[in-house]
Amino acid sequence: MRESKTRAPIFAGLLASAAFIALSAPGYAEDTFKIGVIAEVQAVAGSSIPQAAQLAADEINAAGGVNGKKIEIVTYDNHSSAAESVRAFQRAVNEDHVNAVIASYISEVVLALEPWAGRLKTVMITPGAASDVITQNIAKDYDNLKYTFHGYLTSTSLADSTCAAAKDLLVGQLHMKSAVVMSEDAAWTTPLDTEYLKCLPNAGLNILDHIRFSPDTTDFTPIFNKIEGEKPDVMITGISHVGVQPTVQWKQQEVPIPMLGISSQATNSSFWNDTNGATEGVLYQAVSGPDVAVTPKTLPFVKAFKAKFGNFPSYCGYTSYDEVYYLADAFKRAGSGDSDKLVTALEATDYVGTIGRIQFKAKGDPNPHALKVGPDTITGLMLQWQDGKQTNLWPAKVANGKLKFPKFIKVGAAN
Amino acid sequence: MGTCRVSVVFWQILVDGFAVSSLYALGAMGFALIFGVSGVLNLSHGALMVVAVVAAWAAGNDLHDDPYTGALIGIGAGFVATMITYFVIVGPLQRTQKIREEEKEIFILTGTLLWGIMIQEFIAYLYTNNAKTVAPIVNGVMSIVGVRTPKNELFTAIVCWLVIGGLWLLVNRTRAGKAVLAASMNPRGVTLLGIELSRIYIAIWAIYGLLVGVAGVLLGMFLGVSSYSVGPLTASAFSIVVLGGLGSVSGALIAAYVVGYLETITAYLISPAYRTIPALLLLIVVMYLRPRGFLGRR
Repeated sequence: MRESKTRAPIFAGLLASAAFIALSAPGYAEDTFKIGVIAEVQAVAGSSIPQAAQLAADEINAAGGVNGKKIEIVTYDNHSSAAESVRAFQRAVNEDHVNAVIASYISEVVLALEPWAGRLKTVMITPGAASDVITQNIAKDYDNLKYTFHGYLTSTSLADSTCAAAKDLLVGQLHMKSAVVMSEDAAWTTPLDTEYLKCLPNAGLNILDHIRFSPDTTDFTPIFNKIEGEKPDVMITGISHVGVQPTVQWKQQEVPIPMLGISSQATNSSFWNDTNGATEGVLYQAVSGPDVAVTPKTLPFVKAFKAKFGNFPSYCGYTSYDEVYYLADAFKRAGSGDSDKLVTALEATDYVGTIGRIQFKAKGDPNPHALKVGPDTITGLMLQWQDGKQTNLWPAKVANGKLKFPKFIKVGAAN
Repeated sequence: MGTCRVSVVFWQILVDGFAVSSLYALGAMGFALIFGVSGVLNLSHGALMVVAVVAAWAAGNDLHDDPYTGALIGIGAGFVATMITYFVIVGPLQRTQKIREEEKEIFILTGTLLWGIMIQEFIAYLYTNNAKTVAPIVNGVMSIVGVRTPKNELFTAIVCWLVIGGLWLLVNRTRAGKAVLAASMNPRGVTLLGIELSRIYIAIWAIYGLLVGVAGVLLGMFLGVSSYSVGPLTASAFSIVVLGGLGSVSGALIAAYVVGYLETITAYLISPAYRTIPALLLLIVVMYLRPRGFLGRR
């Protein structure tokens, strides 16, 4: 008697929760496709990720959705922390029942999430991380890690794009001969530097030194002084966690050597204000720029983003926007939000987005699920900050300006 | 050629180390003063400096003020944030009867730590966690013993020393300053002389607020900070003060130069990646051999 009294409510509770789980699980009450967005909302670069995703979802929904279903974006702020990202990923899958996740621009974060995408069998695409290890892991354990897609260039591709631009601009136009590689010590720069050391000499730049420094560095004076003593024609950068400080100190100390390379923070339109204009003359690689019509979709996206949020998108805003579109396309072709079908559909992606033509490298490649790069897909750009504007200089067919340096830079004087 | 290069590096270290050390000294001085007089370790120290930088930056960018107005707004913001810290966080904890005297120290530590985190998150929320720099008042470079030095670096060192000198005069040459000095040596003795201790506290927090504001704005012009700098800035002031001897202002001054030069030498001669390590090792060694620091009284 006593037992049945206590058991009955527990049993009822179990039944109710089972019914609740059944109802809310994907496949039952699936009237939307849910995309979870885990991003560094407080960082300038990361803040564009959920905004651009929402913009894409609104546009798709306004045009009737996917197979009659709406796209819903659920955003989680990870405070730039891998641990918080893992918790957000678990919550997104287990409680919010998302069909796919767009996550982070930090390689360390994406590498922490990659096994979770496998364990929870949920598709994850990164709009901004670069480490080659993300896709190398997929090659080693395809069956478990196939749920991860790399929606931005790998570090090796970034280095190759930088070298190609350096060859045309620095060696071709300015007849430069030597360089020092200067990168922050982080997961994404290890493959970047390896490729720099290979591709720069091939482009015609002799490497005089290779400096790696802590991302916590605040005083860059010793680094600049050391590099200046070696008299290179150019400094090739690999910086993302730092950006404002080396740029401002470069200008303040009037280091007479130009900087060219990856400088993620320089891709943000707010970089001019953050550095009080010290970024004048800085050259940086990107896959997009506010005034560069990479594809017919680029400028309309920038315009819509600016109208809605008041600022220009960061580099991972472009990729995040594209990702929602080709995820929607994959949902349509897969016919459902089922993860394995979604993986197959994504692998067949052939979509022209804002940064170029999106195609993923196939299983069997050393970097499966990495973006294909090249003249037919994504070439990348080389932009320079000039008078408060991000001006594209390379490749020539989409260039809207010419090389220009502040007075303290002595191009061609060294050596 | 070899000796030439060696002497260039020597002068570079001497010049760059001086500016960085002066800034460290100014940043740590107020922190040492507050501890010396009232026994408060203010763990929101770094956050208060970041407030000054971000306010000066925002004044330049959002309000389009000139660098002088921007700097004044930054100093003012650092001062106001410091006084809020005293009147809202530290003061009430010092006066309350609900916490036992011997436990108050830990409450103040926790209170200021949480306050610092709140400021950090608030700044990141409003202005993102990307680094900010303040537009310098003086631009351009000059040659000091053959080292191309930004004029701003010299400006930083000069202002630091003017402020430090002013503080020295205040403490040693004025009646109010002597009362502060006396309070740091023997708080009870001062009350016996009829001086209100709480008024001394307000006075030193006001001095501290100005020091924080000036140090913050100079740091913003020289190196720049982000909301992430809150912890490292507090840690840097803390280790300089511990090294110099808790509560000893002149000890903090010496320690700032030791740490500043040790870091600069490491960055130039070993690797910029290991910049902070030797100073931390020195701190551990001093803790073992001379726990009261260079000039500590207790």
